[in-house]
Amino acid sequence: MTNQPKVLVLRAPGTNCDEETAFAFEQAGATANFMHINELVSRPNTVNEYQMLCLPGGFSYGDDIAAGRILASQMETALADTLNEFHAAGKLILGICNGFQILIKSGFLLSADDDGLPATLTWNDSGRFINCWVNLKADAQQCVFLKDVDELYLPIAHAEGKFVTRNDGILNQLQSNHQLALTYTEGGGAGNGHFNPNGSVADVAGVCDPTGRIFGLMPHPERHIDPTHHPRWTREGLQAEGDGMVVFRNAVEYFS
Amino acid sequence: MTDTISKTDDRPVTHSTTPVIWQIEIAPAGGQPDRLALEVTDSANDMQLDAKFRVAAARGFLVQGDLTESDIAELAKNLLVEPVVEQCQFGRLGDACFDSAPSHAPESSGSQRVYVLPLPGVTDPQAESALNAIRQLGYNVDAVTTYKKFWTSSLPDHETERLHKKVLHNESIERIMLDRLILERLDLGNQYEFQKTDVALEGLSDDQLMSISKKWQLSLSLVEMHVIRDHYAALGRAPTDVELETVAQTWSEHCSHKTLAGRIAYTDDSGTRHFENMLKETIFAATTQIREDLGSQDWCVSVFKDNAGIVRFDDLNNVAFKVETHNRPSALEPYGGANTGIGGVIRDTLGTGLGAKPICNTDVFCFAPPTTTYDELPPGVMHPRQIMKGVVAGVRDYGNRMGIPTVNGAVYFDPRYVGNPLVFCGNVGLIPHEKSFKEPKPGDLIVSIGGKTGRDGIHGATFSSAELTEDSDITSGGAVQIGDAVTEKMLMDVLLAARDHGLYTAVTDCGAGGYSSAVGEMGEEIGAEVWLEKVPLKYAGLSYTEIWISEAQERMVFSVPEENWEAFEQLCAAESVVATVIGRFEPTGRLVLKYDETVVGDMSMKFLHDGRPPIIREAVYQSPKLETKVTVNDKSTDEWTGDLLNILGSLNVASKHWIIRQYDHEVQAGSVIKPLVGANNDGPSDAAVVRPLLDSQRGLAISCGMNPYFGDLDPYHMATSSIDEAIRNCVAVGADPARIAILDNFCWGHTDRPETLGSLVRAASACHDLSVVLQTPFISGKDSLHNEFSYTDDDGKRQTISIPSTLLISAMGQVPDVKNCVTMDLKRAGNLMFLIGETFDQLGGSHWSLVNNQSGGLVPTVNPELARETFSKVHQAINAKLFRSCHDLSEGGIAAAAGEMAIAGGLGLKLSLSEIGLQSLAYSDDEELPLSYVIASILFSESNTRFLIEVEPENVAELKSIFDSIECVQVGEVIAEPEFQIELAHQPIIQTDLASLKNAWQSPLDWS
Repeated sequence: MTNQPKVLVLRAPGTNCDEETAFAFEQAGATANFMHINELVSRPNTVNEYQMLCLPGGFSYGDDIAAGRILASQMETALADTLNEFHAAGKLILGICNGFQILIKSGFLLSADDDGLPATLTWNDSGRFINCWVNLKADAQQCVFLKDVDELYLPIAHAEGKFVTRNDGILNQLQSNHQLALTYTEGGGAGNGHFNPNGSVADVAGVCDPTGRIFGLMPHPERHIDPTHHPRWTREGLQAEGDGMVVFRNAVEYFS
Repeated sequence: MTDTISKTDDRPVTHSTTPVIWQIEIAPAGGQPDRLALEVTDSANDMQLDAKFRVAAARGFLVQGDLTESDIAELAKNLLVEPVVEQCQFGRLGDACFDSAPSHAPESSGSQRVYVLPLPGVTDPQAESALNAIRQLGYNVDAVTTYKKFWTSSLPDHETERLHKKVLHNESIERIMLDRLILERLDLGNQYEFQKTDVALEGLSDDQLMSISKKWQLSLSLVEMHVIRDHYAALGRAPTDVELETVAQTWSEHCSHKTLAGRIAYTDDSGTRHFENMLKETIFAATTQIREDLGSQDWCVSVFKDNAGIVRFDDLNNVAFKVETHNRPSALEPYGGANTGIGGVIRDTLGTGLGAKPICNTDVFCFAPPTTTYDELPPGVMHPRQIMKGVVAGVRDYGNRMGIPTVNGAVYFDPRYVGNPLVFCGNVGLIPHEKSFKEPKPGDLIVSIGGKTGRDGIHGATFSSAELTEDSDITSGGAVQIGDAVTEKMLMDVLLAARDHGLYTAVTDCGAGGYSSAVGEMGEEIGAEVWLEKVPLKYAGLSYTEIWISEAQERMVFSVPEENWEAFEQLCAAESVVATVIGRFEPTGRLVLKYDETVVGDMSMKFLHDGRPPIIREAVYQSPKLETKVTVNDKSTDEWTGDLLNILGSLNVASKHWIIRQYDHEVQAGSVIKPLVGANNDGPSDAAVVRPLLDSQRGLAISCGMNPYFGDLDPYHMATSSIDEAIRNCVAVGADPARIAILDNFCWGHTDRPETLGSLVRAASACHDLSVVLQTPFISGKDSLHNEFSYTDDDGKRQTISIPSTLLISAMGQVPDVKNCVTMDLKRAGNLMFLIGETFDQLGGSHWSLVNNQSGGLVPTVNPELARETFSKVHQAINAKLFRSCHDLSEGGIAAAAGEMAIAGGLGLKLSLSEIGLQSLAYSDDEELPLSYVIASILFSESNTRFLIEVEPENVAELKSIFDSIECVQVGEVIAEPEFQIELAHQPIIQTDLASLKNAWQSPLDWS
């Protein structure tokens, strides 16, 4: 393995955060390539040339039926074995926003049992798309991408980001396994009590699989890379880099 | 045509046997919110329906195809239903199982089941995606339709009608069925029997000619009908239907701008001026002059000729900018109108040069106040609150899905927009220098990609050139459409890839007029032959004319050299985009239309593009005689404070966070200055700044200016004020004033009336005059005329409501290094406040006048030379990092600007305005100014070219040295306490606190 790991950034009809996500990976030291889902389905083995797979944000297939639903179903049907092998080989999978929705709904992130999928991402309590910045608290114990991370400040931009589990038992299990890797929090800024933007149970913003090598999150780390991304940089000054950078760097450093 | 390029015939076929239709109905699982019902309840409340009204909802899919019940069960489980949050039932269409009410249905019995379905042929993106996904899973399916279902509590009959027509569905795109769904089939279409149709014009009377123009919705004038008749008489034949339609589309106001780019005799106080081409001699002329003045420093690249204007950005890239209106469709179906509006303007930049990559959107709306009561609404008009919600949702759903940040906007409210809401959609695109021009070559294939063609939007171009009436929603149904963003996103992805591979020589979008306009324009200099039967259809049965003029969305036309066709087609196919050869550019100078080898149209390009008869229009401007002195009563501190709170809470000024937060303004990761800024990310930024390139610190600032109230007093000063406002917004955040390009969008009433046209000509002259002095070029523009609404009132009288003359100026500035940008939120207690610019007693058309119901007064004017110097000095000071915050003064003057800066920064202000030297234009030197008049003018005048800035004490000397020749007055300081005080002549005038200011500003449009 070279010291520059390769990430495959998956594109599909309606994907739209692919370029900035690839840029963030490259800033962190990875080599990023794009691939359309049609090509991956026709040549699934190409994924084996990569150490990381990233499902970026967007509105795959217009988010018609439900957010991420159609691409999730397509991946489940056509790529289940490929991706399970990819994961079993110790590689990383990251899903941001729509990518998180796809990972959850395809069962790659949290496997289905006899009663179906344990959790989903559904409509925000407001019933609307919302773009705003959120304070996040990390549970870094399991999640490779959040190694040594305590807090993050990132933007969200979604309509269907409310995390819901089938029952409380599942939620408790995820929590004790340290799989609820990222939660919305009041943070250090002036809070107004509305720190959870979508009504997620237990304020969940991001979840990892039991190995910590598959991670899905609703906030957009790739939108807080440059110091000028911060909404208050003109009053608080320019940081060395944006908070989101650490997610990509952790992924790259995992292979060093 | 050669065989190598013909595609297999995949025209839809029709079936004869009755197909099987399955119904899958999905409702929220126990404990989950019933979102659809909540939306309906919200609208019902807006409509002031019975407060006891209750509703429950479900949504569903109808699937027609060769499927078993267990197939449907699998589909529900694996694709259509989210079991964690939803429950579903399924069966044959109309099965009795769908009659039982769910547990969450309203208890009051007598409740009704109402099904809402899209009208046949209306775009249903959900259904289209579901159909493709189901097929991908290997099932044999013909068609899918979505539906919504409501269980509603009983209401009196007239209320039920209101519920059905105004809340549950929109008749222009949807239909309802009560109790149970009864449908024979879901797939559309019937066999098309080709028949070429000639339209005999010779020997017809004027009345007969006009009745043809009207019946066919051609919107052609009698003179134009005469020219067409005579042209064909000379050819010795009758025109075919498709030829007549082509002429109508090409000559339509929407496509040719025949009014403003035509001959006008304009008369005002200073005499009469004859224009051969009014726009060319005013706005274009200004740009030409600026380019000449700049010489080798000219940074304009392509102006007023392509789909968008292009200017230079950096060493490798140019930027393109276009703002369009989509007013009439938005009046009838706000959601669809707005989302096809944004979809259309994105295709404009995609279709500029060889294709610009869209990097941000801007959206400006004009509505009647959402507080309008139902009794005040003219018949046939939708409530402004419903229009606003629909328009915002339409822009949101399309812009967000395209992955283009919506970074700038504004909303103006005036009762006169009640029948004609205005929806301006803008898009900026990045384009490499060498891709900025296009030229189709003879022999190139005409290729259409993207959406298929249906009867969508037929007569949109001619419809938008006509006036709206209360019957418009019935007669113009075909002009209303729903967009399909993901189809356009796919199109955009392959367009940019094909551009970078150099696979085509020209591209344009299919907008108003459909292929008729797109191919007609591209082939104007060459000639073209089109094979209409090749066009992929949504359903069978379209005539050759319908195919030619359909305005189906998400289509673009390319000119592809034959040797590149294979690569082009492969690139499209790899991303599941349909590409079809529909003809060839032939060096004949003729536009030849064929259907299955039969010529159905054969016209000379010259006649199409130059044959329109010139009309000389009369335009008159007379300045209104208005009282220049405004009477201001003596007021207490509480009353002055009340004026400020009322202005902050007036709809135009009030926070638009409810809208802004629904737009993704950060996708593409280039956001530098967001639309909402400050300590709590909730203050109103003057302009948005984005970095279009991930690895560069060069930015673009996007802003706008609009002052319809000033236009009631003088359209000239409305225009200059709007330009000044757009530019100062841009400059306030750090844009270089020497690199700002602007766009004009004129939305006016009926310009057949000389005085209406006169006010437009006056505004256009103002654009010319100020643009030249500021050296700020107009690079593109668009007009929308005849924005009037006619109806018959209760007394049987015909009434017409004309919109206020509305000029939107959109500005695109360039920021050399975004790290120098400044925001408007106060930064630190102890810093000093300065006012830059001169204050006059210009309360005419001001928001202070608005909240006090005052008329008259002097309208703000612009001193062009002073404005140019001021903008330049402000930029110099920003680059020297002297400003900690900077806010432009607009609606509400210095008082409102200071209030907004305090709200945004979460810091108090203590201002003393005694040093501001008010210059009176209404009073002569020897008249004494009443104190209350002075106070109102200093606090609330909307004089142009002014900025309120925050400076650190140690930088004051440097500030003074820069602003040595420009008025720059210290007006107070930032304080830590959350207090807001303004004093004048050592008397407290305004006394309030931040919480009150913020509440006044945020609450009016803080919708749930």
